[in-house]
Amino acid sequence: MDLINNLSLGFGVAFTFTNLLYCLIGCILGTLIGVLPGIGPVATIAMLLPATYALPPVSALIMLAGIYYGAQYGGSTTAILVNLPGESSSVVTVIDGYQMARKGRAGPALAAAGLGSFFAGCVGTLILAAFAPPLTELAFKFGPAEYFSLMVLGLIGAVVLASGSLLKAIAMIVLGLLLGLVGTDVNSGVARFSFDIPELTDGIGFVVIAMGVFGYGEIIANLSRPEEEREVFTAKVSGLFPTAEDFKRMTPAVLRGTALGAALGILPGGGALLAAFAAYTIEKKTRLHPGEVPFGKGNIRGVASPESANNAGAQTSFIPLLTLGIPPNAVMALMVGAMTIHNIQPGPQVMTSNPELFWGLIASMWIGNAMLIILNLPLIGMWIKLLSVPYKFLFPAIVLFCAIGVYSTNNNTFDVWMVGIFGFVGYAFFKLGCEPAPLLLGFILGPMMEENLRRALLLSRGDWIVFVSRPISAGLLAAALLLLVIVLLPAVKSKREEAFVED
Amino acid sequence: MKIKSQKDFFAGLMFAVVGVAFAWGATTYSVGSGARMGPGYFPLMLGILMALIGLAVMFTGLTVETEDGEKVGKWAWKQVVFIIGANLAFGVLLGGLPSIGVPAMGMIIAIYALVIIASLAGNEFEFRKVLAVATVLAVGSYIAFIWALKLQIQVWPTFITG
Repeated sequence: MDLINNLSLGFGVAFTFTNLLYCLIGCILGTLIGVLPGIGPVATIAMLLPATYALPPVSALIMLAGIYYGAQYGGSTTAILVNLPGESSSVVTVIDGYQMARKGRAGPALAAAGLGSFFAGCVGTLILAAFAPPLTELAFKFGPAEYFSLMVLGLIGAVVLASGSLLKAIAMIVLGLLLGLVGTDVNSGVARFSFDIPELTDGIGFVVIAMGVFGYGEIIANLSRPEEEREVFTAKVSGLFPTAEDFKRMTPAVLRGTALGAALGILPGGGALLAAFAAYTIEKKTRLHPGEVPFGKGNIRGVASPESANNAGAQTSFIPLLTLGIPPNAVMALMVGAMTIHNIQPGPQVMTSNPELFWGLIASMWIGNAMLIILNLPLIGMWIKLLSVPYKFLFPAIVLFCAIGVYSTNNNTFDVWMVGIFGFVGYAFFKLGCEPAPLLLGFILGPMMEENLRRALLLSRGDWIVFVSRPISAGLLAAALLLLVIVLLPAVKSKREEAFVED
Repeated sequence: MKIKSQKDFFAGLMFAVVGVAFAWGATTYSVGSGARMGPGYFPLMLGILMALIGLAVMFTGLTVETEDGEKVGKWAWKQVVFIIGANLAFGVLLGGLPSIGVPAMGMIIAIYALVIIASLAGNEFEFRKVLAVATVLAVGSYIAFIWALKLQIQVWPTFITG
């Protein structure tokens, strides 16, 4: 069978000493930043991008992927023990997880999150391995019109995921698209919006925007908030293992969360955050068993389901990236950056031209999940200790890593000035209540969208009908429209607002 | 007219202004037609789209009732100045700035400057603790970036290494 052959090729690549080592480093780093509130996978991966120049491409991608799914594990620890989402996708875990910790059931909550994530991670990886080849086949049928429509769908999907105002999120996407156009136009050679600054003719660096907006912007926002009293359950977490009753309750929740998360992860614009929200909402809809703790008071299902969903979503969101070359969320946009650094053009051809990279990455995810469950359950004490490091020692380090990361991308101080500007812009977004994630996605897709729009219209001699006369393209646009209509429906709208209010 | 949501109003204003600026800038390049797009075509379209969305956001900010007026609130200038200042100081010291006659001082000195300036943004500032943090970070960065990852960064000032 092909799948078995491919996976054995993948495991052959992943089981070399170097790749195992980088997988472990990625998982440890991911857990670390997941546990620490105030720094997320986007900033970390942006920071480490330049450092991966020296590595072989497979090892680099394995490590960066490890950071992403590792952060999903680490985030839940902080959510349960400190009542703070260590990671944005753990926002809903806070609700029931922290209540469980207050009742002295931190151990089972952590175990439910860890075991659920592990199961979901394994299933997600299998789905990735099984679905990638047929999707790649489909992707080869795509012309420029289809790619353009797919990107529209992806961007609309990203809007649905953003919290807060829809209009603002769309505006942020457009702003991202525009920023992506800065620099030399590939077709005409005209330097656009570069103000005669030579460094700007290459375009604005992706790392610069990611670090400025997500790194500095968030640090400033965090520091300007009054220091809250944090109640940390650093006392020994005892009785890690859930009871038989817990197992009976959490098993169906984990299954539901995994299925939902895997499905939402594949959708453009989906990923871990959306998956976790949706899973929690569904779990709340199900009937409570007699004698069960209500939701919001420490129900184990409220931890197990969103945690499985976010991990499943994290794994399957690699599918659009690896098969179509389209990043479904900000972290995947960074992975595009990582692949381009190593001269790999993301898209359907990756599987045929770099099979060892493709299957090695997939196999490493399974290994990584196994490492993470060991890192997170038996070694939980280590991460708890880390939570007692005060923020005042942490943020200078984050500022430093951002600065070094930005400088070393091009060994150029110009990028350091730019990141300063975008740091301020990021803080302004925070003050004005604009979610920055869609901007980053737009930034990556900007040049690709223009290129495909141009080609599609060139082929059709300027006739816009081409986008609806080709069936796949029309289907994608219809899906985008449907998504918009669903979100704008009054019933869904109020539900969506309700879901985001809970954080 | 009273602004009902400050956040929405000013966000909309920002989008509208930036959108107009991009659209106006795009008209200085050749725009072309759908079949033969010039470099100005796509940015002009996007700029107009963003300006329109900006106006719509402003409009919601003026009309949709909110509980607390969604005030933008005080800007944390102290944090902005020190965090961004730390970043700028790092850049100047690391690479040097020939135009104002600052020589390249290298990574170690730049790290101390960055940590000290950045720490001023926090709520408390104890010089000895800050120095300790800076030392730990300097040693750690040397090991991680110079020794392990072999990044091409100047470590010591130019006048020492020549």
